[in-house]
Amino acid sequence: MRLELVKRKEHSRTMALLSPLIAIGLTAVAAAIIFAVSGHNPATGLYKFFIEPLTSEWSLQATIDKATPLILIACGLAVCYLSNNWNIGAEGQFVLGALFGSALPILFPEFENGATLPLMLLFGAIGGALWALIPAVLKTRFNTNEILTSLMLVYVASLLLDYLVRGPWRDPGGYNFPESRLFSDSATLPAVFGGMMSLATPITIAIALILSVVLARTLKGFEIRVMGESPRAGGFAGFSSRRLTLFSFAIAGGLAGLAGTMEVSGELNQLLPTISPGYGFTAIIVAFLGRLNPIGIIVAGFVLALSYIGGEGVQSAMEVSNKIASVIQGLLLFFVLACDTLILYRIRVISHRAPAGEVSHV
Amino acid sequence: MVQHTRSGKDTLLDARGLTKRFGDILANDRVDLVINKGEIHALLGENGAGKSTLVKMFYGSLEPDAGEILWQGQKVEIDNPAAARDLGIGMVFQHFSLFEALNVVENIALALPNPGKMTDLAKRIETVSRDYGLPLNPSDIVADLPVGIRQRIEIVRCLLQEPQLIIMDEPTSVLTPQEADQLFLTLQRLAGEGCAVLYISHRLEEVKRICHHATILRHGQVVRECDPTKETPASLASMMVGADVASVSATAQKPKLGQVRLGLHNLSARARTPFATALNNISLELCAGEVVAIAGVAGNGQGELFDAISGEMPVAPDMVRIDGKSCGSRNITWRRKQNAAFVPEERLGHGAVPGMKLSQNIVLTRHSTGDRLAGGGFVSTARASVLEKRVRQEFDVRMSHDDPEARSLSGGNLQKFVVGRELDRKPGVLIVNQPTWGVDAGAAALIRQALIDLARAGSAVLVISQDLDEIFEIADRIAVISRGYLSAPEPAEEMNRERVGLLMAGGAEAQGEVA
Repeated sequence: MRLELVKRKEHSRTMALLSPLIAIGLTAVAAAIIFAVSGHNPATGLYKFFIEPLTSEWSLQATIDKATPLILIACGLAVCYLSNNWNIGAEGQFVLGALFGSALPILFPEFENGATLPLMLLFGAIGGALWALIPAVLKTRFNTNEILTSLMLVYVASLLLDYLVRGPWRDPGGYNFPESRLFSDSATLPAVFGGMMSLATPITIAIALILSVVLARTLKGFEIRVMGESPRAGGFAGFSSRRLTLFSFAIAGGLAGLAGTMEVSGELNQLLPTISPGYGFTAIIVAFLGRLNPIGIIVAGFVLALSYIGGEGVQSAMEVSNKIASVIQGLLLFFVLACDTLILYRIRVISHRAPAGEVSHV
Repeated sequence: MVQHTRSGKDTLLDARGLTKRFGDILANDRVDLVINKGEIHALLGENGAGKSTLVKMFYGSLEPDAGEILWQGQKVEIDNPAAARDLGIGMVFQHFSLFEALNVVENIALALPNPGKMTDLAKRIETVSRDYGLPLNPSDIVADLPVGIRQRIEIVRCLLQEPQLIIMDEPTSVLTPQEADQLFLTLQRLAGEGCAVLYISHRLEEVKRICHHATILRHGQVVRECDPTKETPASLASMMVGADVASVSATAQKPKLGQVRLGLHNLSARARTPFATALNNISLELCAGEVVAIAGVAGNGQGELFDAISGEMPVAPDMVRIDGKSCGSRNITWRRKQNAAFVPEERLGHGAVPGMKLSQNIVLTRHSTGDRLAGGGFVSTARASVLEKRVRQEFDVRMSHDDPEARSLSGGNLQKFVVGRELDRKPGVLIVNQPTWGVDAGAAALIRQALIDLARAGSAVLVISQDLDEIFEIADRIAVISRGYLSAPEPAEEMNRERVGLLMAGGAEAQGEVA
């Protein structure tokens, strides 16, 4: 007996919906095996990892806070990935957004009025977009590989952040700690829904909904999907792949930058060397788990946020390594990509046939 | 029913009652087929008649639901292509199964059970390909090769395995008459050596010329067997479609020529890759009312010429004029708005997005041409579906269910769709590259007649084709492209095959250099 992949004539709609679920199921199985091998009860491990964060108000709030930047960044990445532009550098674009957005409250702390917050968010989006345009321009001008350039710029961005918080932007009254001054109230995103979440969350959900309409219904969305699937046909349709590369990188960088600003303005209230626990990389998993569809990404964002909170949970309760969350996130991406094969292929089990003599003559 | 009168001691393959069902469609219904040693056996039928299904069962890529296959008198189960190759069955596919990033010798090595050393294999490839008149350079990268050469790789790959039965799916569709003649010599030599050939082709003249026996399929059943040498192409065609094929009439009525609608003026472009063809000083004027055809062997600049006219490859403004307006540097959408329309050679991946539905593929070329498909930036699915239905009905595009993805259509049906999508606009200028490649006789006649009707209604139609039968059937004037040079177009009635052949073999080049 052997297994064979048989190409389907068309995409399977059922599998498109099922494949993320199968992937999550397989990840849970793999996670259970990891817990068991490292000498823990797999059932407790899975419970602590996936379920417990949902049982208390505190951890639920923390999950929402973590999901918000993941969703916003992943929405931008979806535009890139749908159009065949492999932006891996959202982490750097997130950081640059945070830097641009913080410039106003750090350099002009007296500028306090109703325009402060909108300007910060605008600067943040511009900063992220400009940073993302570097690999985009390199790709369209010099044919460089955007995977490498966007990834390398992540390290440049985090070193820049490190330099600024330890040097010029350090809080003058902060006892030499590597952190900026605290933002004033007018530079802080307010909490909404009775303190349940920051304003960042409704903004993010609104952007995801708008993006899902853009992708599904507009000519721009059509252009993005055509270019991703068949660049030659896209050129035949009159779409420019160069312009779309610039566009998709700018959108992805802009949204990542906005997420960065909202993170420092809403969550942290100041610039720190460690503003991101790898949101920009985890968002790649979110984007694929959500099938590059903004609605799916909202759901996937919560699943991955859970893995952060659950990871901390099992780490403190069961004394497993703090790398467990990253391992499980990695497994999830692996299974998501593997299960996507089922959308265009089906698995056929080939068994050896009955001996020839048994078949009667027709 | 057809009796097994042909099977005897020389019988190589004897298929009995082969049946294959896909869902509701009975693709093959109790098909009997006997192939004898040293025989060139034609398999004829319209698109969707079940030819591909049948040969896939011989080649092991499909499993029959009922029936049996006898190979040299022994009952065999052909589980997979490797088993078929072990028996001595080789196949040359219509859609090439080559890896574009690899070179010729690497591609061939992948298909051989024991490829041996690459350098030795490269030498064998050179020898075999030269012997059989299909010369190949083993170190060429497939991505840079034109379709015609890719087909050669498939044929040579098959020959290297020294098969006893070669299945060929439309091998001559990308060859010049001279190249096809060479291939026929090859096939006759193979047949003389005792090898059998199962030959699928839509070109009935060549079937009549080289095949010893023909089996005709219709709707999955064997409807006739005959000796094609005793038939005419017209009688073969009517057996295939079950009725008389309407003959296409171009030269019957002389076109009334109007003003110049498409003008090419000293169109030149450098080759974009080392393996592309440069365009050299191409000048041509197309008037309202006429069909001009450009003949030529694959890879002589047809694709580049198409891209320059469509706007996918920008050139200097005055090099291309549509209805008098310079547009060489304008993009394809701008040119479509001038009421020009384009049908490229590759229908899947260029003319249509494989994974998108037909209604979405309507939007691909018509989003800005006054069909209000994208008013205010939003795509109207409803209007796209209306257009899709109209094209489907008018051009008889057959599909298994409503609005399928483009990739699931058979080649001929997809071609009817991509041609129909443009003709439905009634364009003033139409450029079509290989309008009927791989399309059956009935559909080809439909498409050709539609092209002529469009021209006679006042449009200018430029057909780029490698099929001389087609060109002589529909063209008012004929030009030949060779190495990026275009010969001066001459009236079709003053042209003949020999003259076209000479121009293909470099005459066009000499003419272009003088001019």
